[in-house]
Amino acid sequence: MNHQHLSEEELVLRYYGEERDPADAGRRLEECGECRALYASLQRTLNVMDSLPVPERGPEFGERVWRRIESRLASRPRLWLGWAPWRWAAAGAACAGLLALAFLAGRSLPRAQSPTPVAAADPQVGERILMAAVGDYLERSQMVLVELVNADPKGPLDISAEQARAANLVSEARLYRQTAAYAGDAAVGGVLDDLERVLVGIAHEPSRISPEALEKLRERLKNEGILFRIRVLGSNVRREEEPAGAPAGQRL
Amino acid sequence: MEPTDRAFVASARTGDAEAFRVLVERHSRALFGLAYRMTGNESDAEDVVQESFLRAYRQLGKFDERSSFGSWVYRIAVNCSLDLVRSRQRRSEAPRPAGPEMEDPIDALPATGPAPDRIALGGELRSLVAAAMARLSDAERSAFVLRHFEGMRIEEVGRALGCQPGAAKHSVFRAVQKLRRALEPAMSPVK
Repeated sequence: MNHQHLSEEELVLRYYGEERDPADAGRRLEECGECRALYASLQRTLNVMDSLPVPERGPEFGERVWRRIESRLASRPRLWLGWAPWRWAAAGAACAGLLALAFLAGRSLPRAQSPTPVAAADPQVGERILMAAVGDYLERSQMVLVELVNADPKGPLDISAEQARAANLVSEARLYRQTAAYAGDAAVGGVLDDLERVLVGIAHEPSRISPEALEKLRERLKNEGILFRIRVLGSNVRREEEPAGAPAGQRL
Repeated sequence: MEPTDRAFVASARTGDAEAFRVLVERHSRALFGLAYRMTGNESDAEDVVQESFLRAYRQLGKFDERSSFGSWVYRIAVNCSLDLVRSRQRRSEAPRPAGPEMEDPIDALPATGPAPDRIALGGELRSLVAAAMARLSDAERSAFVLRHFEGMRIEEVGRALGCQPGAAKHSVFRAVQKLRRALEPAMSPVK
C-alpha cells in the first residue's frame, strides 16, 4: 500500500492546531516513522523559538520613551485639578518602586554574551547547549521565586513585573521539558513540571497581591520545596555542562 | 495604594499628561519586546514603542474604558510594527543593520566548527535563534511572530498583514522551513 507522507506544511498546521483533518493527520503520523521524525524535528524547532532573546530594557526605559514623545503630544484640553489623591499615592509608590526596580534590575541584568561560533552539528554539543539553556532557565526562575519569597510588604504589593517574567518563563517551559525528555531524565522533567505549575500560579495571581496571599504563596513554595529542588537541579545541570573528565554531578 | 491603569487613563483623557506618562512608564518595556520580535531591530523597536504611545494618546477618546489599556496599546504596537515592516517592503529596503545582539554567529562558523571549549554554552542557543530570525524576510518574520508568539490563526495573520490567508500561510511555512534548517543541527535528539 502506498503511503502518502504528510507535507511540511501539513505538519506546521498540525503543530498550531490548524490542520483540516486532525484524525487523518494523527493516523498518518502513527503509521509513518518518517513523518513522525519530521514532525519531531519541527516541534523541536518551534519549541526552541520560545527562547528567542529580546534585549533587556531597564526600568528607566519608560522614562526615556516619555522624554522622547512628550513634546510631540498634541495638547489635550487640560482640566487642572491640583494634585489628585492618586498623585500623592503614585508619588510615594513611584519612589518605592524605583528603588525596588533598580535593585531588581541590578540583579537580573543579563550577562554579556559574545557571539562565539558553535559546533552545531555535534550531538554532544547540542545536548550541552540544551542543558546550558535549562541551567539558565532554572536560574531565572529561581530569581523570580526568591524575590517573591523575600518580599516583605506592609500592604498590597505590585508583583506585575515578577508576573511578566513568570509568564515568559512558562512560555519557555515546553522547550525545557522536551529537553529533559530527550535526555531521558524523568527527575529533571518532574521538577520542571512542578516549577511550571508554580510559575503559572504566580502569573495568574492578581497583580497587586495582599500580604496574606503572598504569605500563602510563600507557604506553598516552602511546602513543595520547589526552591530547594531547583537549586539542587541547577547545580547538577551546571556540573553536567562541564567538559568531559570533570566529576559527574549528583542526580536528584 | 498605587492606582490602576484605569484611573490614569481617565485622568489622561482630561488632558493630564502626567497621568499618561505613568502609563508610558508602565507599558514601554512590554511593548518593546513585541516590537523587537516584529522588527528584529532594537532601534526600530524603540521607534515603534514611541509611535504606539503617540497613537494611543491621540486615540484615547476612542478607548473603551472597560477594556485593558495594556491590551489596547499592545494591539496598537502590533499595527505600528506592521506599518514599519510594510513601509520597508514598499521601499524594498533591507532591515537596518542589526545591532550587536543580532550579529549572526552562524556566518562566523568555520566549516568544521570550533572546539567545544570555545563555545560559550549559556547563551548560544539563544544566539542561534536570534540569528535564524534575522535571516527571515520582513513578511516571513511578521507572519511568524503573529502566528507563533501572538497566537493568531493563519486567517487573522492574513487580515493583520493585509494579505490573503494563502499568502500568510506561505509566509509562515517559509519562515518555519528556514528556521528548522538553521536550528535543526543543534537540536538533534541526543539519545
